[in-house]
Amino acid sequence: MNTAQVKYITSAPLVELKNLSISFGGIKAVDDASLELHPGEVVGLLGHNGAGKSTLVKILSGAYARDNGEIFIDGEKATINNPRDAKAYGIETIYQTLAVADNVDAAANLYLGRELQTSWGTLDDVAMEAEARKVMGRLNPNFQRFKEPVRKLSGGQRQSVAIARAILFNARILVMDEPTAALGPQETAQVAELILQLKKDGIGIFLISHDIHDVFDLADRVTVMKNGEIVGHARTEDVTKDEVLGMIILGKCPEKAVPGPGAMKAE
Amino acid sequence: MSEPSSTKGLFKDKRESGIRHFLRATEIDSRLLGMIGALALIWIGFHVYGLVAKGFGAFLTPRNLWNLSVQTSSIGVMATGMVLVIVTRHIDLSVGSVLGFCAMFMAIVQVWVLPEFLGLGHPMIWVIAVLCGIAMGALIGAFHGYLIAYLGIPAFIVTLGGLLIWRGAAYLLARGETISPVDVTFAKLGGGPYGSVGSTASWAIGIAACIGVLISLWNGRRQRKRFQFPLRPLWAEGFLGVVGCAMIIGFVVLVNAYPWPKGIVRREIAAGNLDPDGNLIISHGFAIPVLIMLGVGIAMTFLATRTRFGRYVFAIGGNPEAAELAGINVRWVTLKVFALMGALAGLSAVIASARLNSATNALGTFDELYVIAAAVIGGTSLAGGLGTIYGAILGAVVMQSLQTGMVLIGFDAAVQQMVVGIVLVLAVFLDTLYRRRAD
Ligand SMILES: Nc1ncnc2c1ncn2[C@@H]1O[C@H](COP(=O)(O)OP(=O)(O)O)[C@@H](O)[C@H]1O
Ligand SMILES: [Mg+2]
Repeated sequence: MNTAQVKYITSAPLVELKNLSISFGGIKAVDDASLELHPGEVVGLLGHNGAGKSTLVKILSGAYARDNGEIFIDGEKATINNPRDAKAYGIETIYQTLAVADNVDAAANLYLGRELQTSWGTLDDVAMEAEARKVMGRLNPNFQRFKEPVRKLSGGQRQSVAIARAILFNARILVMDEPTAALGPQETAQVAELILQLKKDGIGIFLISHDIHDVFDLADRVTVMKNGEIVGHARTEDVTKDEVLGMIILGKCPEKAVPGPGAMKAE
Repeated sequence: MSEPSSTKGLFKDKRESGIRHFLRATEIDSRLLGMIGALALIWIGFHVYGLVAKGFGAFLTPRNLWNLSVQTSSIGVMATGMVLVIVTRHIDLSVGSVLGFCAMFMAIVQVWVLPEFLGLGHPMIWVIAVLCGIAMGALIGAFHGYLIAYLGIPAFIVTLGGLLIWRGAAYLLARGETISPVDVTFAKLGGGPYGSVGSTASWAIGIAACIGVLISLWNGRRQRKRFQFPLRPLWAEGFLGVVGCAMIIGFVVLVNAYPWPKGIVRREIAAGNLDPDGNLIISHGFAIPVLIMLGVGIAMTFLATRTRFGRYVFAIGGNPEAAELAGINVRWVTLKVFALMGALAGLSAVIASARLNSATNALGTFDELYVIAAAVIGGTSLAGGLGTIYGAILGAVVMQSLQTGMVLIGFDAAVQQMVVGIVLVLAVFLDTLYRRRAD
């Protein structure tokens, strides 16, 4: 982790979220949340269901318009008003809901919004399928059902499609919202391996889960949310799983963590 | 699948599994087959009814089927656009009224306005009129699309309003007058003896279409081979080729079997255009509106399956949220879908007013129901994300066959309306059943 430590000092963070807030009908889903991510770093975003994790990253990926706060990419203020803007910054997202179009096939989903075209301006389905076979082969070597609508695939296969779509376009920032929720142990291990590989390539990754076991071994740092607020940030080497659990459940920040606005106030 | 033993099994096995095997090998959609079966039933039913009740089956005659093809064109053209509208989970109830308005608008342009500047019968009049009609339709559609996509008013409401507004506007354009006759060249776009391409051209078109079918089958097989995708058994390819070409040639023979009426032949002789001692049986051949419909069908199939726009339309229908998150500009695509629908209603207005040789403010009344029914019968799912262009055109043929058949056997207009209503509801019900079974 030495290189990462050096980077903290020398370079601007890849992503910096500053004081983000958003509310839905008066309920503050995310309240004054600040967070940063560095190249080659995996940040685990933890918290109970409903803590606001998905909502926070959806602001980053352009799915939700924030009420307050700013986003910086490479130290510069970024304008992200829709998913297209986010993709232009190299932000790729695997949504918790997967967000696949059920009625078209895997290749069409992988390239949705960024289709390859022939010189005639028509869809180059052959090229897309060939690329899809390559990237899916990396994730799920047994996958063969390229011609079927995604609706007919199993949960795990659909999840592989969603993951493949995110890594197909050389993301610099990858958001993975509960990426292994529908996967079996073998596929989960494959995703873990993939994460380490992407990290080596210098990609920054937000890895979201409500379950600490999914994240703790992979993450360099964890950030815990509760009721829309950030409880605190900690390096995984500085804290134990039990301490992080304390952050998730009670909002209690251990000594080595940096408390956020949602930290339980000390008596 | 390709061994001879399983081909033999096709005939030996229980009937059900044989059919299923056949469908899988030829990759024919079972829904398409059902549609063709329903069509055959309707045609034979009306014909036999005529035979039994009146001693004369008028339905399965070249004359009736030729007329059926012409009458289908206007609905068929709009149905291809309605597929995309319904696929994106919207509806357009205004197409009949937009057709009426565009027809009125074009009639004014070509009868009242253009002759003033260009002189009566100027060869550019019909071109300008057609372009005006299509552009007007597109503009109206785009306006509907804007209200739906950008202001968030449900399509049902916007186009229900449009249904009333454009019908009223069509009346106001000429204060209810009927404008007639239209430009002579323009009138040919509606069919009739002069609006048909004749025997030789029909054969040329038919043969070109057969070659097209064979090339696309061969090309498909080559592509599959190259990328080592599973191949259809050869007998299935052969079957598709033979059936495809047979249907095309059958259609050519049919349209050529309907000769010009005697009155028109006599008039042409009198005018000196025909030699009275020569061949006086002159085939209609394909009517121009039918060729327009088939051209639109091919273009729309291309648009729906081979372009980004088409891909986005289907993705939006499958999961609008996912489409948005994938970076698709859902609103813009929606607006374009409605603009396209409007343009097609404008084109249908060309066909409908040319066929009547006049424009009335009632033209296209109730067309929206026929068009929606055609799309749904053709396999477009009201839940969105699912539908084909060829299915919608077949659906239009089904609807028009019902209509024509009911006229032939002398049903009241009131009964006809009721039947159309029942068929619409039934088609949607069958769609729900089909989807429930597919899940
Ligand atoms: N589109 C929305 N409309 C209304 N409320 C929402 C919406 N999205 C999220 N919320 C609310 O925001 C809160 C945080 O949800 P979410 O970010 O999904 O939590 P997490 O991902 O941590 O489980 C929840 O109370 C949820 O009901
Ligand atoms: Mg979530």
